[in-house]
Parts: sequence; structure tokens; C-alpha cells
Amino acid sequence: MANLKEVRLRIASVNSTQQITKAMKMVAAAKLRRAQDRITQMRPYASKLKEILQNVAQSVDTSGSGVFAKVRPVNKVLIITCTSNRGLAGAFNSNIIRAVNRLLANRYKSLANEGNVKILAIGKKASDFFSKKPAIYAGHHNEIYNNLEFAGVAAIAEEVMAQFAAGEYDEVHVVYNQFKNAAVQHVMVEQMLPITPPESTESKQVNDYIFEPSQEQIVLELIPKSVKVQLYKAILDSNASEHGARMTAMSKATDNAGDLLKDLRLQYNKARQAAITGEILEIVAGAEALKGK
Amino acid sequence: MYLEIITPDKKVFAGEVSSVHVPGTSGQFQVLNNHAPIISTLINGKVKVKTGEGVQMFDVKGGVVEVLKNKVILLAESA
Repeated sequence: MANLKEVRLRIASVNSTQQITKAMKMVAAAKLRRAQDRITQMRPYASKLKEILQNVAQSVDTSGSGVFAKVRPVNKVLIITCTSNRGLAGAFNSNIIRAVNRLLANRYKSLANEGNVKILAIGKKASDFFSKKPAIYAGHHNEIYNNLEFAGVAAIAEEVMAQFAAGEYDEVHVVYNQFKNAAVQHVMVEQMLPITPPESTESKQVNDYIFEPSQEQIVLELIPKSVKVQLYKAILDSNASEHGARMTAMSKATDNAGDLLKDLRLQYNKARQAAITGEILEIVAGAEALKGK
Repeated sequence: MYLEIITPDKKVFAGEVSSVHVPGTSGQFQVLNNHAPIISTLINGKVKVKTGEGVQMFDVKGGVVEVLKNKVILLAESA
């Protein structure tokens, strides 16, 4: 049986680990709530933008609307990978990296071999992983999480759109964790560029809108906005998923530490009892020996 | 009429207004009650909102405004 002091030390260390995981769980829960609020707050913007785009698109042919909607033969691909800056979030980051690796190994295998697939990392975990492969690494935007705002995300989207327009990439995908609830995240691979034109829903009644300056102009202006919103949504989703995943992981870790503590306490008490029994035996034996004299 | 000013980060304004001035791409214009349906893009500028209590100003950076049946929705990238 392990000696008493050893077990006592292990109990202390497991205890402090449990306190850390418990604190992290609570912090993640608070951050998760804030992240969820942000998603709820951006949702009206996204849905209204889509609605207006659909209204405009009803009577105008959007298929030829500018360079961002144009489908070109795919020679160069950019994959934007959204991970987190910090670890200890269960399989959150490894799921994303695995999904990207799968894309590289299957769908874009030949392009990847020619070095025509680039990875833009958002989050330190992805940049740490992909920066070891300079052939496909296109840089990172880890600083975005310091102050998560639309303006920052919009700047990244603009940069990517400019590269797309200049023909540096023919297809842009974004890989992120979609937030379902605190325990469930889905890895999503979404095409960001070229955009899929909004399908005009026939069921809606057509309103006689005045368009200023013109329908085409409005569509041209709204499409980049919708691309930015798509990326922003992906990053917000990823952010909420990160905290959700961390909360679940830390909650499990706390439970596991609890189980471990229970076992250790049992072990400790057994050892303590054995020691006491041993002492009593010694005393009794000593007393016996004295009596015999 | 009802006005909503929405940015991706938050809802900046929502409520009943009597008039709203917006910096349209092809010129400033004012929206009053029973304005005809219009969709217009916006340039950077000031949005002037007149409510029962007074006048409120918002700085917007680009965006789009939709007016339909006394409901004005203004989507701005920042306000």
C-alpha cells in the first residue's frame, strides 16, 4: 500500500487541479454567454441583409453580378481555418485541423501537391500547426480575438476579396465550428467565394421599390457586405463554440478529478487505518511482552 | 413610422420616428411617413433621426436603407 504522505500529496495536487478546471469552466460559461449574445445581435443584420438582397435580386439577374460571383476554373484555393488562440477546449481545434487535412488529402489532393492550396489561419492553434508547412501556409490573423469586432473581420474579408478579384485564388472556403449548443459543435466547410447568388423566392410579393442608384449597383455593393457578414458569422460561431467546447471539457475534467479524489481518499483512509492497526498491534505486543516478564 | 438602425455588432436604434435623413449614394434624402418603397445604398455620413423627444444623430459608414410600408431598416457597417 502506498504510504500516507504520498497519497496526501496526490490528493492535494488533484484538489488544486480540480479548482483550476472548475474556475476555467466558470470563466468559459461566462464568456460563452457573451459570445452567444454577439451571435444573437448580429443575426438581425444578417437576415435583413439577405432579405434586402433577395428583394433586389428578384427582378435583376444576379448571376453576372461582378467578379465575386463569377465561377472560374479552380486552380488555386484558399482555405480559411478558424480555430482558437488557446487550448484546453477538448477536440475543438483538432477537429478543425483534421477537417482541413482531409480536404487537403481528398478533395484538393492534386492541387495541394502542386502547392496551389493555401491556408489562412485564424487562431493560434491553426497557425502553430500550419506554419510548420510553409508550402501551404499563407499567414495568420491571430490578433482578431483580442478585440472581436466586425471592423477587424471585415478587413480580413476585404483582403481576401481583393486577392480573389486579382486572381490569386479561384475559390475561398472557410472551415469553422458551427455552434449548436454548449456541448455540440459541427465542423462546417463553407464556400465563401465565389458567392452563390441568392435565389429569388417567387412566393414573396413583389414590391415596387425605387432603387438608388440602380439595382445592379445595389447588388454590387451588397454582395461584398454579405461576404463579410458570412466570415463574421463563421468567426462568431467559432468563438462561441470554443467557449462551449472548453466549458464541456472543463466540466468533464472537474468530474474526473472528483472521481480521482474519491478513490484517493479511500486509499488514504485505508492506509491510515492500516497504520493505526499496525500501531495498536505493536503496543499490544509490547504490553504482552512486558507482562510475561 | 418605425425605424431600425442595425450594425453587425448591435442594434443601434429602434423606435418610432417622425422623419429620418440619410446620406444616399446619389444624394441625401429624407424619409417621412408614407414614403414610397425604396432601397438605396448609403455613403459615409450622418443620419439624422427626428423623434417625438428631439433629434438624434448617428455617424454611419456605408450601408443600405430599405423603406417599406412605414418601416425603415437601415443596415450600417458601423454607427
